[in-house]
Amino acid sequence: MRNPRRTQKIAFFLLFLATLFIVVPVGLIVIIIIQKGLPAVNWQFLSDVPRQGMRAGGIFPAIIGTVYLVTGAIIFALPIGVLAAIYLNEYAGDNFLTRIIKLAIVNLAGVPSVVYGLFGLALFVVFFRFGASIIAGSFTLGIMTLPIIITTSREALESVPYSFREVSRSLGASKWQTIRYIVLPNALSGILTGTILGLGRAAGETAPILFTVAAFYLPRLPHSVFEQTMALPYHLYVISTQVPNVDEKVRYGTALVLLALVLFMNLVAIVIRFKFRKKKKW
Amino acid sequence: MVAFSIRDLNIWFGAVHALSNLTMDIPAKEILSVIGPSNSGKTTFLRMLNRLNELNVNFRMSGAVDMGGKDIRKMETELVRKKVGMVFALPLPLPLSIFENVAYGVRIHGVKNRNKLEVSVERALRQAYLWEEVKDRLELSAFKLSGGQQQRLCIARTLAVEPEVILFDEPCSGLDPVSTAKVEEAMMKLKTDYTIVLVTNNVKQAARVGDKTAFFLSGKLVELDKTDTVFTVPRDKRTDDYIRGKFG
Amino acid sequence: MNIRKVKEFFIEKLIFICGLASIFFVVLIFLFLLREGAAVFNSVSPAGFLSGRSWYPISEPPQLGILPLILGSLMVTVGAAVISIPVGVACAVYIAEIAPPSVKEALKSGIELLAAIPSVVIGFIGMVTLVPWVKSVFRLPTGLTALSGSIMLAFMAMPTIVSVAEDALYSVPKSYKEGALALGATHWQVIHRVILPAAASGILAAVMLGIGRVIGETMAVMMITGNSAVIPNSILQPVRTLTATIAAEMGEAVVGSEHYFALFAVGIVLFVISFAVNVTADLFLHKRTS
Repeated sequence: MRNPRRTQKIAFFLLFLATLFIVVPVGLIVIIIIQKGLPAVNWQFLSDVPRQGMRAGGIFPAIIGTVYLVTGAIIFALPIGVLAAIYLNEYAGDNFLTRIIKLAIVNLAGVPSVVYGLFGLALFVVFFRFGASIIAGSFTLGIMTLPIIITTSREALESVPYSFREVSRSLGASKWQTIRYIVLPNALSGILTGTILGLGRAAGETAPILFTVAAFYLPRLPHSVFEQTMALPYHLYVISTQVPNVDEKVRYGTALVLLALVLFMNLVAIVIRFKFRKKKKW
Repeated sequence: MVAFSIRDLNIWFGAVHALSNLTMDIPAKEILSVIGPSNSGKTTFLRMLNRLNELNVNFRMSGAVDMGGKDIRKMETELVRKKVGMVFALPLPLPLSIFENVAYGVRIHGVKNRNKLEVSVERALRQAYLWEEVKDRLELSAFKLSGGQQQRLCIARTLAVEPEVILFDEPCSGLDPVSTAKVEEAMMKLKTDYTIVLVTNNVKQAARVGDKTAFFLSGKLVELDKTDTVFTVPRDKRTDDYIRGKFG
Repeated sequence: MNIRKVKEFFIEKLIFICGLASIFFVVLIFLFLLREGAAVFNSVSPAGFLSGRSWYPISEPPQLGILPLILGSLMVTVGAAVISIPVGVACAVYIAEIAPPSVKEALKSGIELLAAIPSVVIGFIGMVTLVPWVKSVFRLPTGLTALSGSIMLAFMAMPTIVSVAEDALYSVPKSYKEGALALGATHWQVIHRVILPAAASGILAAVMLGIGRVIGETMAVMMITGNSAVIPNSILQPVRTLTATIAAEMGEAVVGSEHYFALFAVGIVLFVISFAVNVTADLFLHKRTS
């Protein structure tokens, strides 16, 4: 007869191995990039334009380009996303329309990033004649971030106790006043967390900006939102696959800066979440 | 004087018939105690008076509730709620400072001037017998107060918008006897200026503070009379049984 | 007072409009893909497009059959699924049922970290570490193969699978577990006879969402799989996926050309696949909550 205790031991060991199989490579990836990228990262690398066909110099325009794109995306997506979350959590009834909206959000979150790129190309670049530009890229990234912002904002709104709304309404506050003065201020930390997570995602995306904004090589800063710009993730793609004989250090350095940027945003989000959770008064 | 006049009121939540064929008058500037077992419709009745039931999407009603001769369903919702304040079963401060809790309703109704706000807040806190305890720490979070203080803060918050009627929904259910006594004392003082409706599970409290007492059972008003009468010579046997604690 | 009412009226209308924004954008995406992509069916039938065996978009006349691309996507996806589903579900079980609380939090952060790494960084790391390794282990002319793609994509699917499956496992009522334990079952027996079956639909949803992520993944797959648009007959060959085709070729396609339309039509195929996957996953998730 099989011994159930031993079976359990073996099973748990296998589960543990599976977990290691995921976690260890993550650690390795981060460690390798830090170890090989750190020597390349210095002030000049961060502040200089790329030189010698991107084999030397720095990545400053790519960093700034990514900052522009992410900022543009958030200016576009944050108001729409938060208002959509307010609609879903405060106004929407339990009906067919709500069901369809939720399904649309799920689908928006699942659309492949390269399809967002196609969409941005067709709508902003071609149809609206923006050309490949920061504005086209930002809007594309913005629409892509929308489901993250809606979902996390909605969770934040949901976490504000219903009784606060009831009290506010009982004092004669209208629905919007209640949302504006009670619900939103108390959901702010959660909304902020979601926004930063969305930003992190947008900062790391390449496919949506491929045909909407990203410049292969543009060693200066853009002058207006209707210009192209370099961007960190695309730059990493370019120097890894399109340009021969790039010093490995430069590639790792670029990867490190991108990874650090994205992880930093995630860290900020986690810290905000943690801090406010501790501060919660109810 | 009659504060509310209720005619043929029926309320449903979805398929549940919460109140049926209610016709009664609520006297002005008195305390009306409302007693009855749980699910007797007494809270639904209370929340009808400031139209708070309407927050529930499944709410339906028929009949009329008149306040000062006007049908409250035809008045602006926010105005009804301003005139008819509510104190909930549990102390429910808003996540704001003590001052801002009391000032909240006043601000909502359009007062922006800081001096006016301060006057309103102090007056309301005094009326709720809380001023002396908190006057030096108005900027503190309301959650730092004790349960009893929080409940009196909620009373002050309701008073600050200068209502005509105050509804109390089992306001002492979470409080100790000392805090309960303070809340009851506040109510007794308030009835000279306000109409008060008190829903309570505590029959003795109803007897202590109510001028009149109404007994609800299964969504119907069984008996409404002077408190003394209800508690000494009730007309309905079910009232007698409930008061004596035979069920509930 | 009235000004306030008017203001609120407009704000609430705005909120409603934004509430509909996600529907609007999903429809808009589909319409614009259709608008640009449908033109390709003037020169090739939908069936010919889907089942054509050659993809030579810039030859004269262009040959626009995406079967090699579909098979490329399929091969990479199946490979990634074979790796990520068992490992991901096992990890979810470990986190939900076995790990002590402190370890649990650390593991969850680790998984979140993996989810946060940009696709292009995963691709880069795959290129410099995994690809040479595959090349030397299997003695291949190139390490840019479907296998390499599958392995890296498995890592991109795992965070989704782990977190959704863990939620599903976690939401199994504690009473099920306690009931079984009280009857003398071991913890492992409880897990595989009670908890896993109870969480089955949620785990299925996790798997669907993970696969959805793999099918849609672009950058890493383009950097690692070698991008040769031929029908693959081994996992050790270079392949080209639907996503990588769009990403690699759209830059050179002339707006309004046959090639341009064809790439949008590939986009339609991807959109339809992801739509189907997500709706199915959502149905499974709903089944669990209702």
